[in-house]
Amino acid sequence: MLEIRNLHVKIEDKEILKGLNLTINEGEIHSIMGPNGSGKSTLAQVLAGRDTYEVTEGEVVFKGKDLLDMAPEDRACEGVFMAFQYPVEIPGVANNYLLREALNAKREYNGLEPLKHIDFTKLAKEKMKNLDMDESMLRRAVNQGFSGGEKKRNEIFQMQILDPSLAILDETDSGLDIDALKVVAKGVIDMKSPERSFLIITHYQRLLNYIVPDFVHVLVDGKIAKSGGKELALELEEKGYGWVEEAVNA
Amino acid sequence: MDIEFTDKIESYTEGFKQLKENKFRDNPEWLRQLRECASREFSTLGFPTLRDEDWRFTNLAPIARNKFHIVDAGEEKLDRKKIDELSIPNIEAVKLVFINGHYSAEFSDNEKLPDEVIVSSLRDALKQNENTVSEYLGKFALYEKQSFIALNTTLFEDGLFIYVPKSVLVDKPIYALFISTEEDVQSIVNQRNLVIAADNSELKVIEHYVSTSHNVHFSNVVTEAYAGENCNLEHYMLEFESRKAFNISTLRVEQKRNSNIKSHSVLLGGSLVRNNVHPVLGGEGSHSLINGLYMSTDRQHMDNFMRVEHASPHCDSRQFYNGVLDKKSKGVFHGRIVVHENAAKTDAKQTNKNLLLTDTAQIDTKPQLEIYNEDVKCTHGATIGQMDDDAVFYLRSRGIPKRDAETIMLRAFTGQSIANMGLEPVRSYLEAKVDEWFIGRKN
Repeated sequence: MLEIRNLHVKIEDKEILKGLNLTINEGEIHSIMGPNGSGKSTLAQVLAGRDTYEVTEGEVVFKGKDLLDMAPEDRACEGVFMAFQYPVEIPGVANNYLLREALNAKREYNGLEPLKHIDFTKLAKEKMKNLDMDESMLRRAVNQGFSGGEKKRNEIFQMQILDPSLAILDETDSGLDIDALKVVAKGVIDMKSPERSFLIITHYQRLLNYIVPDFVHVLVDGKIAKSGGKELALELEEKGYGWVEEAVNA
Repeated sequence: MDIEFTDKIESYTEGFKQLKENKFRDNPEWLRQLRECASREFSTLGFPTLRDEDWRFTNLAPIARNKFHIVDAGEEKLDRKKIDELSIPNIEAVKLVFINGHYSAEFSDNEKLPDEVIVSSLRDALKQNENTVSEYLGKFALYEKQSFIALNTTLFEDGLFIYVPKSVLVDKPIYALFISTEEDVQSIVNQRNLVIAADNSELKVIEHYVSTSHNVHFSNVVTEAYAGENCNLEHYMLEFESRKAFNISTLRVEQKRNSNIKSHSVLLGGSLVRNNVHPVLGGEGSHSLINGLYMSTDRQHMDNFMRVEHASPHCDSRQFYNGVLDKKSKGVFHGRIVVHENAAKTDAKQTNKNLLLTDTAQIDTKPQLEIYNEDVKCTHGATIGQMDDDAVFYLRSRGIPKRDAETIMLRAFTGQSIANMGLEPVRSYLEAKVDEWFIGRKN
């Protein structure tokens, strides 16, 4: 599904990712953990196509295609989705409008007819119900005036509608209370399938109590310093990141 | 009739003399007097310069150095199909068409309205309703120290006239379409509109300026509107003339007690445009909504000059102006709020938001508060920004192509202004025009 080889990324003149390697196969859930400033969000943004970051070396292959060569919208249409750490507020653009445009852009890209208005509404309402969201949210401006929890839930809602093959969750759990966290986790678990992969970026182990990852990676100073199974997350929660960092520096 | 004017003030005086001897010969004495006084004022003032504080961002040299001719209607150059193409589609309205400043009965759909409502050309009103015209004309848009009002008052020939009697609600909007068609010479039109809505009445008026002409032309427009006690008046000024047009317009609204006015200005056309909006909240409890949208590109220059005058207690005014500026265009927003000494409990708010799409586009925004009463609430805010990159990336990351994402953002921005407008057919027309503007952007 996704293969990242020797990825080097800098922003302005600062190198953030310094030779990152990662392979994600179909149906796998990977989690990337790490201290602040280790490059977790940079990785997510680079995969989604943010052009403020400069890739200086390495490659990313997604379903056999060169991901770094694609525009952000083409990546989305090919099946990449990133749930933003800080979802953007867009006044004057209604949630349902954005979603319908996005879904139909993806359908058009993949040679499908646009979804009828009524079918879209049906789909949206069904997904919202599962996420315990109020239908009025559809008519509200994208993320405008949303609480932190509502914004994150909205990201998960968008993910469910757009049905990606690779979903990247960038600290979707940060700042959520336990109820909101459970809703987000359920939204992810409902989408688990042998064809779909997840890359869950988080600072805390808590979300992983609900979404059990197949692999846990620790990102330190722009590289993966340690990889393991779900038990690694627990170890990190208990001991912090210090011991991994020390091992890297040793 | 074909009279030439140049930048020499004497030639205006000479032209005025000729008009007096023929076209204005039948004018009533009071109007002849008014024209004489206005003419003297214009001769003294000439055109404003950059040294004039109210004109410091707008250079009028392109107008002042041109020669203009007063021309005839030329209805034969148009047909119904062309008129329809130029009009707002799907609007049920009482429609008056003016060609090069002259009322065209042939192309107008001026049905008779009930309850003594009068909708006609100002020329006809001068013959048939002279008393009403003389009671209001020139009483609000004063020519003193105002070059373009003085010029208009001296030279106007025709325009829109509306009179709505007390307690009459006019359902259909009154739609005036002003078309400039003159190709052979550079033309000037001094359009003079008079709108009177008596106490407790309700009225919606659209002024729509367009051109088929490819030559330089100059529309110098003055609209006086009287909003009687407890009356609801909604006014639209839509500037869609060609990129060779100069358009200087003044909307002066006189508001009585508890009156409620909405002024919408949309500037998309013209090369040099100045949009003066001047409501006077002259009766307790009156409200003004001053709403506007300007979109400029290439070398267009669009100047919005607001003067919101609070002359009575307990009035509120809201100004919302949004601007989108592309390429090497220039915009001005000058928002003056004047609160008179007696206007306690004034609540005045002003917002001007600008989106610059290039490094070469320019906006001068200038709030100005003149407050002579202490018990008031006045706020103003101006923003100048570029397209929000984070938002565009967010949309693209959901699969929406870059250009569509930018269009969505622009549509949302312009939509804020359009949403304030009450007439659905106007909103749809503007949404379509704004979309066309976006599509044309990259070409």
